[in-house]
Amino acid sequence: MSGGRAWVYGDDINTDVLYPGAYLKGPIEEAAKHCLEAIDPTFVPNVRKGDIVVGGENFGIGSSREGAAEVLLMHGVPVVLAKSFARIFYRNAFNVGLVALVCKDTNRIAKGDDLNIDAAAGTVENKSKGETYSCETVPPHLMEIVNDGGLVPHLKKRFGRTS
Amino acid sequence: MGMTISEKIIAKACGRETVTPGEIVTCQVGLAMFHDSSGPRRQAPALKELGRDVWDPDKVVCITDHYVPAVDALSAEILKITRDWCAEQGITNFYDQQGICHVVLPERGHLHPGLFAVGGDSHSPTGGAFGAFMIGIGATDMTGVLATGEIWVQVPHTIVVRWSGALAPTVTAKDMMLALCARIGLNGAGYKVVEFMGEAVTALPMDERMVLPNMTAEVGAKTGIIAPDQVTLDYLAGAGAATEGALDWFSDDDCVYEQVLEFDADALSPQVAAPHSPANSKGVETYNGVRVDQAYIGACTGAKLADLHMAAEVVRGKKVAKTTRFMVAPASTRITQAAAKDGTLETLTEAGAILLPSGCGACAGLGAGVLAEDEVCISSTNRNFQGRMGASSAKVYLASPYTVAAAAVAGRIADPREFVSAGALSP
Repeated sequence: MSGGRAWVYGDDINTDVLYPGAYLKGPIEEAAKHCLEAIDPTFVPNVRKGDIVVGGENFGIGSSREGAAEVLLMHGVPVVLAKSFARIFYRNAFNVGLVALVCKDTNRIAKGDDLNIDAAAGTVENKSKGETYSCETVPPHLMEIVNDGGLVPHLKKRFGRTS
Repeated sequence: MGMTISEKIIAKACGRETVTPGEIVTCQVGLAMFHDSSGPRRQAPALKELGRDVWDPDKVVCITDHYVPAVDALSAEILKITRDWCAEQGITNFYDQQGICHVVLPERGHLHPGLFAVGGDSHSPTGGAFGAFMIGIGATDMTGVLATGEIWVQVPHTIVVRWSGALAPTVTAKDMMLALCARIGLNGAGYKVVEFMGEAVTALPMDERMVLPNMTAEVGAKTGIIAPDQVTLDYLAGAGAATEGALDWFSDDDCVYEQVLEFDADALSPQVAAPHSPANSKGVETYNGVRVDQAYIGACTGAKLADLHMAAEVVRGKKVAKTTRFMVAPASTRITQAAAKDGTLETLTEAGAILLPSGCGACAGLGAGVLAEDEVCISSTNRNFQGRMGASSAKVYLASPYTVAAAAVAGRIADPREFVSAGALSP
């Protein structure tokens, strides 16, 4: 279960907006300071642990840079909700321990809405509006990866078991 | 029921007779490619943590292209990590500063039809031009591949993009892809494979074919693919790649396509995508006259030998506008060599082009040629997202090498058909 305030954006939020190329070279902590800056300079100074990022269609389109998912996690965002995700971003999210949930009702969510999310059950409770939305179920093997904290800890567990 | 070429490759890679779209399967990886940005700097510490070495060094290709050549201590360090790690892990397929990974990979014979491949870069679908099923993945996914030699995939549905007719002179594969972006949008092929076919596709040389699957990344596709034919075989033979059984990879007549999109090559005109999305594409006349500070020929999409030839046709005997910087970053060192030999570099530089090193360069916002606030650039690259090529307020228009070169000469966006007469085009 995760809960927090919604940061709502539109369609096609791309990886250059999430993690500008100019910061690819340096430490991720520096890149994180510029997350979403091009479209919302208020995000980084105001985001709080537990907040939820909400997008429209095709969230995370663009580069394969995994930092695009990682920086959200570094800002304390545990879940991204979107109507659809770009496929590399979707995989990257689970691989680094960020939950990406496909929810077709994200247009009903407004900036600042108080959300309560149950990823396993696939539900989003919008406490501000008194509504509940359902999400597509996450494939079990991805839930397992994210519950282990990402692909590397997941593989560590698997190798530990088999060796 | 038959299968598509993509389904056949996935079925073979997961050891099954057949697969069905929607299924999640685990595939054995035939080739894993990565570069200096997505590569060893990320995987080395993770593999160490896992206590694993690379599962099969012969199936791994590493190519430095993002931070080349080093311009500061930070980029030099990333390149050093890459070189040291390749040596330590016994990665002999290591190409250091030889060009952009998606171009170097086929050039050096690493791709062939039927291959199931992963690449640590979003433009990895480029491999589909050679009949390989090649998908882009992130750094941790790559760590998983390097540690285990396998990866899970959901079998994708296939969309057909069929181009009938013939392209007019100065209309290119890039224009075909910009038109596709405009028609179906940035998520128009989300999670799907785009299979290209039709006489306008098979008429393209390999340099041009590569642009089609390359830019499927811009429509959200899992990958793109073109069934191999004699043109593919000739290229593979020249590159020293495996050709045995290459033509056995094709989509069955009774396979199931989710959708077939028809396009008419005869009706296509030079396209230009306005900032900040490849889907903002329209005929060049829409943006005619927009003043440009920079015209950039570069990237995996738009700086192959055929692309340099296109640019040279336009600028031959002309001069670049005084108010415009014309930058050319050939996609590989071999391309530079060939362009030096055949006089293309002379034509370009006599017109006023500035040659840049082979690498991702300004396209990824990393190398030489990035933009200042509010500057306008027209570029033969693949995406024009806000902030990608430098300052956040810079405006990037995407177009074919012909159209970029025409803008370099005119100092503003211009119709390349006014600069090149059909008879002047090289075959």
